[in-house]
Amino acid sequence: MNRTVTMTVAASALALAASAQAGEVRMMWYSDGVEGEVMQDLLNRFMEENPDITVTLDNVAYQVIMEQLPIQLAAGEGPDIARVTNLKEQAEHWLDLTPYVEDPDYWRENFGDQFDWMRPDDSDIIPGFMTQLTLVGGFANATLFEQAGVEMPGEGATWDDWVAAATEVQESQQLQAAFVIDRSGHRITGPILSSGAVLKGEDGKPAPLDDAAKGFITKLVDWTETGQHMRDVWVSAAGTTYRSGADEFINANIAMLYSGSWQVANLSTKIGDGFDWVAIGSPCGDAGCSGLPGGAALVANKNTQNPEDVGKVMDFLARQDIVKEFSERTLFLPAHKGVVEAGGLDFQTDDPQAKAALDKFVEASGEIIPSANEIPAWRYANALYGGMVNRISQAMAGEMSVDEAFERIDSDVAEQVAAAEAGE
Amino acid sequence: MSNGGATHYLTAPLRWLARAADVPLRAWQRMTGQGGMIALFLLPNMAIFSIFVLIPLGMNALYSTTGGVEFFLADRPYVGGEHYARLMDCENYLEPRSCRDDMFWIAVWNTARFVIFQVGVMTLVAMITALILNRAIPAKAFWRAVFFFPVLLSPVVVGLIWRWILQRQGLANLAMFEMGLEPVNWLTDRFWAFFAAVGVSVWAHMGFYTLILLAGLQAIPRDLYEAAEMDGTPPFRVFYRITLPLLMPNLLVVLVLALIRAVQIFDEAYVLTGGGPGTSTMFMTQYIYESGFANLLRNPGLAAAASILMALVLVVLTLCQLWLSRRAGGDR
Amino acid sequence: MRWLVAKRGRTGDGRGWHWTDIATWVWLIGGTILMFGPAVWLVLSSFKTPAALAEFPPTLLPFAQQTVEVEGEQKPLYTVTLADGTVRTMAELRRVGIVAQMVDPDDPGAEPARVNIADRDPVREVDFATENYTEPFMRFDFFLFLRNSVFVTVMATIITLLTNSMAAFALSKYEFRGRNAVMLLIIATLMVPLSVILVPLYSVVAATGLMNNLWGVILPTVATPTGVFLLRQYMLTIPDELLDAARMDHASEWQIYWRIVLPLAAPALAVLAIFSVVWRWNDFLWPLVVLSRKELYTLQIGLNTYAGELNVQWHYILAMTVVAMIPVVLVFVFLQRFITAGIAGTGLK
Repeated sequence: MNRTVTMTVAASALALAASAQAGEVRMMWYSDGVEGEVMQDLLNRFMEENPDITVTLDNVAYQVIMEQLPIQLAAGEGPDIARVTNLKEQAEHWLDLTPYVEDPDYWRENFGDQFDWMRPDDSDIIPGFMTQLTLVGGFANATLFEQAGVEMPGEGATWDDWVAAATEVQESQQLQAAFVIDRSGHRITGPILSSGAVLKGEDGKPAPLDDAAKGFITKLVDWTETGQHMRDVWVSAAGTTYRSGADEFINANIAMLYSGSWQVANLSTKIGDGFDWVAIGSPCGDAGCSGLPGGAALVANKNTQNPEDVGKVMDFLARQDIVKEFSERTLFLPAHKGVVEAGGLDFQTDDPQAKAALDKFVEASGEIIPSANEIPAWRYANALYGGMVNRISQAMAGEMSVDEAFERIDSDVAEQVAAAEAGE
Repeated sequence: MSNGGATHYLTAPLRWLARAADVPLRAWQRMTGQGGMIALFLLPNMAIFSIFVLIPLGMNALYSTTGGVEFFLADRPYVGGEHYARLMDCENYLEPRSCRDDMFWIAVWNTARFVIFQVGVMTLVAMITALILNRAIPAKAFWRAVFFFPVLLSPVVVGLIWRWILQRQGLANLAMFEMGLEPVNWLTDRFWAFFAAVGVSVWAHMGFYTLILLAGLQAIPRDLYEAAEMDGTPPFRVFYRITLPLLMPNLLVVLVLALIRAVQIFDEAYVLTGGGPGTSTMFMTQYIYESGFANLLRNPGLAAAASILMALVLVVLTLCQLWLSRRAGGDR
Repeated sequence: MRWLVAKRGRTGDGRGWHWTDIATWVWLIGGTILMFGPAVWLVLSSFKTPAALAEFPPTLLPFAQQTVEVEGEQKPLYTVTLADGTVRTMAELRRVGIVAQMVDPDDPGAEPARVNIADRDPVREVDFATENYTEPFMRFDFFLFLRNSVFVTVMATIITLLTNSMAAFALSKYEFRGRNAVMLLIIATLMVPLSVILVPLYSVVAATGLMNNLWGVILPTVATPTGVFLLRQYMLTIPDELLDAARMDHASEWQIYWRIVLPLAAPALAVLAIFSVVWRWNDFLWPLVVLSRKELYTLQIGLNTYAGELNVQWHYILAMTVVAMIPVVLVFVFLQRFITAGIAGTGLK
């Protein structure tokens, strides 16, 4: 009885306000850089145009998006709109915007290519739109190459070529390492697919690692052992934690970084005039020269109380001029077909290197191979990333052999697939 | 306690409330007797405790018997002891690689090793510091504050500062370089990373334990020492015969609390090493947190099962300690 | 003997320096550097620009490159070793690849010297990047977050002190059935880390309607087993005769608790108060779970919004960390005299 009393007291006297009122829209947003401010700016403009709707932008840490939002969604709560990267796994929670946007065809035409990334398989809803496209790719420190007198490998160069060239630079310039790939399953998946590996089996589930995948992973571990690939970035965490190699690149400790288009703004601010750097796209393997596409999307929550207002906000933010402005100010690659086709994006930076790098990424997006393109729409991608990162870094740390790592990756991924299916 | 003026006025409304509460409470006491009052005193704490600690703990036990990746119990299918079977599926418990869930056993043994080193080193360092602070030194309050200060920092900040100091090109290696020494991979070498985790955790918590020991030292009657001095007993023998036995109750409290904290090690180590290099500083709580929440390979049921196993070990440890302290400390 | 015993007076027994005196001072001074050094460095680092923060090896003080005006534009200054071996301070006009064009800032019209970039070092001076502090203050609702943090900390501490002391009183001063069971339960749960019961706790809080509510942060933390344990151990040392005497004077049990036991337990309460303030102020994981609306953010959550997926804006996080540290340090400075006295009595003797 006592417990009931306390709970009632707690619930009635203390519950301040949780239910959404009409005309109120909450957006959960994380920032890697200035995009939170840009978004606030755009929303302010929206509210001027629509005085009856109040949009509140809740800036949160990325950790909240990854760890708390899923629980909130599962509990039937959560913000009305959220900026999310883990799109496919949570696809069942996104609202179908079709009845709430003014012109569904505009959406399908301009954002349709990525809808499958964020909606359940075999559905045709409009779940949201990508605020930014990202493409995994490399950067090279041109100044270091020049100082070492090493020619940068050109078009069609393979991973071996690039590593060999970077190693020459490493030796001549006494660098800590030749190159580094971010500690992330997402990053190494592009090279693995480029080497001809098949990761997604016929049945849509992860296939056991094949020889091509094992080949690239073995090479990577070998490069780590010889000190060509920077060990620190990979072994400095256990589990699936993300670690970026960008700081090593910024400090000119390595000649080449394999990361992605989102680093452009970061590199531009932190390197400044320190050295010349260029984007190099993805080195090639037997099957292509592909990085992995990806990005973050703005999606609406099925649990929202105000789908009409949410639709209006989404419509505004998806407008061609708004998407264009957002991309220009944040240095993000836009996902809007109209914006891309119209071209003429005037990225707002004084740094010609940043502009050139962004152009290179746009160009490299033509190299994406089909097997890489289907990864973002694949629900088991995360399971695979997790298994790979975890075990590969153990192999790099010398805790297990690569063969043992392969076995563990296969069994970890299989356990995870089984767990995911147990709930269905 | 010296009742400072400010405190007096700040607590005035509370005192007024307490006085007002006396009338109904007196009536309650008349009606229900002492038993009713005991219940009343226990009620607020135990109610909150039940709702926010016991119920979740109980639910955790239920989670451990369900499968899938959903968060809420209602959505999760019953799988019985499957998770426990998975965790305990091992050819040789001392060799994590032979286990089906090798990560769990790696975490178990890492934690065990960490607890032994951390509690040992910290007790030793806290003891030395307490002995020194108990000497005749000027500005005692200042020195006490110096050693206590890190206790105030949040674990995340502690991990962050030290990560910057110890990373490959951090302050520590810069200092080593200036002194003409070889730089050390503090955070990416198995051996050093483990001791970095131990050291940082000692740094962050030793102040608290130092004060407990210092309080005990100050309570030891001085004439005992004077008598020993007159007998010409050598100092180390005095320490062993007088100081240590009289300090025993404090030392026990230190050991109990330090052990509890050490088993729960998470934030500092997580920020400092992320569990690396490889898995050499991955501890139980990180395993549970990651597999239940953060990991790309999420499995809340497995995490719950692991936490139940961990809790069982802890309860056994506590019972041992209670029994020990009962023997050493008399009544309690 | 003096190495073991506290002696009155500054000079001990006046027998001159013993090796233990030297060891003492080495320990104290070494300890001070080790304890304060990292925190001081944190404060200094919070004044660094993003580029300086990412720099390896780090500098002790925040530095920025000096610039000079050349023909109406700010140009960076370098110490340059010229081909003929002379060392001069020059401004860089532009850099192409590994060759930089440098001029003497006093003679900008002269023919620029072409210098390999390996032969120049930036001229730097100490410069505090105060914008790390001012920008978040302007953009982020600092005072709102501060208010939330203060509210959570103060309320949680008051409730903790009240409920824990009541429970500790009952558990230390009355004999009743189940007392040992309750104590055992409390001690056993002392050991359960929050991160372990996060998901079920979330369900409970969601069921009580406390999501996105500051009370949802406060309530789950106030029934601290540690607090009950500490206070009970201290209250056991209060002689029962005092209570019996009061009962003879017709004091009610409530009055005994309020008038006799609480004041006598003041040192232990002060210790718990300090810890409660520090814990609640620094709480991170739990508020992160409960609060996702910015008007409810506490400082720790607010500063963490600078941690993105792919980048972390360390310069803001550091600055805000320093700001968030100040109140805790102040509380400590004012209450620290209670700490030793309080700990002295907790569970000992």
